[in-house]
Amino acid sequence: MPAIEFRSVSYRPPRGARVLQGFDLAIEAGELAVLVGRSGSGKTTALKLVNRLLVPEVGAVWVDGKNAADWDVVRLRRSIGYVIQDVGLFPHMTVAENIGVVPSLEGWPADRIEARVRELLTLVDLAPATFATRWPDELSGGQRQRVGVARALAVDPPVLLMDEPFGALDPVTRGELQRELRRLHVRLRKTILLVTHDMDEALTLGDRVGVLCDGVLVAFETPVAIASSTDPRVRTLLDAASTVARGAAGNRSADALTPDRLTP
Amino acid sequence: MDVLDYWWTHGGELASRLGRHVWLVGVSTLVAVAIGVPLGITASRRPRMSAPLVGFANIVQTVPSLAMFGFLLPIPLIGGVGARAALVVLVVYGLLPIVRTTIAGMHGIAPAVREAGIAMGMRPRELLWQVELPLALPAILAGIRVAAVVGVGSTTIAAAIGAGGLGEYIYRGLSMVNTSIILAGAIPAALLALAVDAALWLLERRLTRRHLRPKRAALWGAAVVLTCVVGAAVAAGRSTPRIVVGSKNFTEQILLGEILAQTLERDTVLQVERRLNLGGTLICDRALATGDIDLYVEYTGTALTAIFGESPAADAAAVRRRVGELYARTGRTLLPSLGFDNTFAILVRGREARARGLKTIEDAARETPQWKAAFGYEFLERPDGFRGLAAVYGLRFAEPPSAMDLALSYRALASGQVDLIAGDATAGLIRSLDLVRLEDNRHYFPPYDAVPIARTDLLYRYPQVRLALERLGGRISADVMQRLNHDVDVLRQDPAEVAKRFLETL
Repeated sequence: MPAIEFRSVSYRPPRGARVLQGFDLAIEAGELAVLVGRSGSGKTTALKLVNRLLVPEVGAVWVDGKNAADWDVVRLRRSIGYVIQDVGLFPHMTVAENIGVVPSLEGWPADRIEARVRELLTLVDLAPATFATRWPDELSGGQRQRVGVARALAVDPPVLLMDEPFGALDPVTRGELQRELRRLHVRLRKTILLVTHDMDEALTLGDRVGVLCDGVLVAFETPVAIASSTDPRVRTLLDAASTVARGAAGNRSADALTPDRLTP
Repeated sequence: MDVLDYWWTHGGELASRLGRHVWLVGVSTLVAVAIGVPLGITASRRPRMSAPLVGFANIVQTVPSLAMFGFLLPIPLIGGVGARAALVVLVVYGLLPIVRTTIAGMHGIAPAVREAGIAMGMRPRELLWQVELPLALPAILAGIRVAAVVGVGSTTIAAAIGAGGLGEYIYRGLSMVNTSIILAGAIPAALLALAVDAALWLLERRLTRRHLRPKRAALWGAAVVLTCVVGAAVAAGRSTPRIVVGSKNFTEQILLGEILAQTLERDTVLQVERRLNLGGTLICDRALATGDIDLYVEYTGTALTAIFGESPAADAAAVRRRVGELYARTGRTLLPSLGFDNTFAILVRGREARARGLKTIEDAARETPQWKAAFGYEFLERPDGFRGLAAVYGLRFAEPPSAMDLALSYRALASGQVDLIAGDATAGLIRSLDLVRLEDNRHYFPPYDAVPIARTDLLYRYPQVRLALERLGGRISADVMQRLNHDVDVLRQDPAEVAKRFLETL
């Protein structure tokens, strides 16, 4: 049973043209799937349909074997971690309070929240003693994104949605965080749906990569298959990307695969 | 320093006025917050509602508060005179900055932050209390601060409709042309505004430290304000008054109000509340009709023409009878005349009158095309006022008469800024400023016998009130009244003291 499944989904915003058309996609539990496409291709829309920030015009999104429309929306959202490019940390809360938001909404006792926050900060490689009491505006972009990931993982949701999570970071930090995400994925085996406009990132991170073009899914394949695709819509994205894509799938083992990935 | 002396001798009164002032500002601000913040939050989510609301708020804020108090006078339940009507206006003025800043604060929240909250599965209420309100709080608090500081100022104006507070000193000082009394109210009002501003600024800084949650902030703020309000209410010593004595806003009326109040305090065991300085004739009449006040002193001619809209008549007894009937029909009773006729006095400088041999208004009509005149607002408007006078005597002036506060016009005449005014026949300043009253030789002005008017139901309930007031009948001659006015206006004595001394001579 797929963890997330789009079944012939179309979406049109209240005012405007349709942004998704006949969209079919099944993501297996524990898989890290990446949707890649240009701005306006509908990839963020697809993400928001999963946790019902948006509702499909036609078709349905199934989460954990159940139509998202039939979920209690609060339960649905609390079982899906959500990480966005702007992070959206609450500026009036400390790092620890930000991470503890959903646990405290869930009514966890204070000591359990505290322990969980420490655990998560360690997981995303931030020293709890130093960072727990910091304010979001005292953090660098990379640190903020780590906190965002920790917050999304707070109540251990089985699914994680990530919308251009590394888009605003410098290349060095981005590479670092990409490697850590792979490491986390291997360790936690969450189902992750990540969207990006960067084909390099898609090929580096994805177990499978879906290519979106003007609201239509044109491919959903392993990185190897995508990199050697002859579809002109896929090639456009590949040509715009740099090292990984140009080196094609053959180089992937040397470049993108970290030791973590080889040892589950 | 006159002001310091005044405070020294009026310490208790100052404390109670200050307390009343803080009470009015505190209560109105609390109510404005309770209405304004939810309204602002609701409006911020409905763009179609927020634009007209903010537009409306901006327009209302341009209406001068004195005019706003005036609009409310005839409206039942929320209008009238006294603290209730004042609170309504103060709440309306307080709402505007609070609604506006709440909307601005809510709109200022980054969309990503709100979206993160929703995507985390926050329910609308959780999102509001944990995310939106804390982030909008600095803006909201800034709005509350503006509302409170503006409220301190508007409250001084509320004294015009008898709400009490420091504004009473300002109006009293204006009507007595006594700068010390004006300052006695204006200085504490200004200091209060500064203190409120500083206190709320400190509160704002404390509460917007990021870890404070809005629930805690609301509790904090409410606790501070409640402490102030309760303290102020205690300081103001609010008791439950039985009888409310009113008066218009000039010296003679304040003196007569004091005389009525002190007579009732001396001859009955009833509690007496003073709402002196209530603006013009129509405000007092309205207040008497609605029961906001129970009695005040009116003048028969004024009642006939200005209140009941009948044409002026010359026979004093006939006017008295007619006015008595008209009052009786509206549930009010005319008590025996106090003993003097305060007709309008057309005044000129004594020097001019002697040099040109001016005795009557008719004489003056020859000179007026070269003169300037100034009249009180009421005289310019009322049917027995300027227009009729000009028609009867064919008065024309070098320029249209200017409107001026009645008390100020005496000084303007004496200092030569204008050449003719309409004053009160009993004004104490007539003698001290060497002014001459011109005879009304064509009998234009109707008789203005000073008579206490009381609500009839009050006289039934407390017959002793009627007895006490009947004893005052005929005891105040025009000479006596002029002397009492003189003591207050020229010798700068306290009206309550002057009234007390007078009552001791009876």
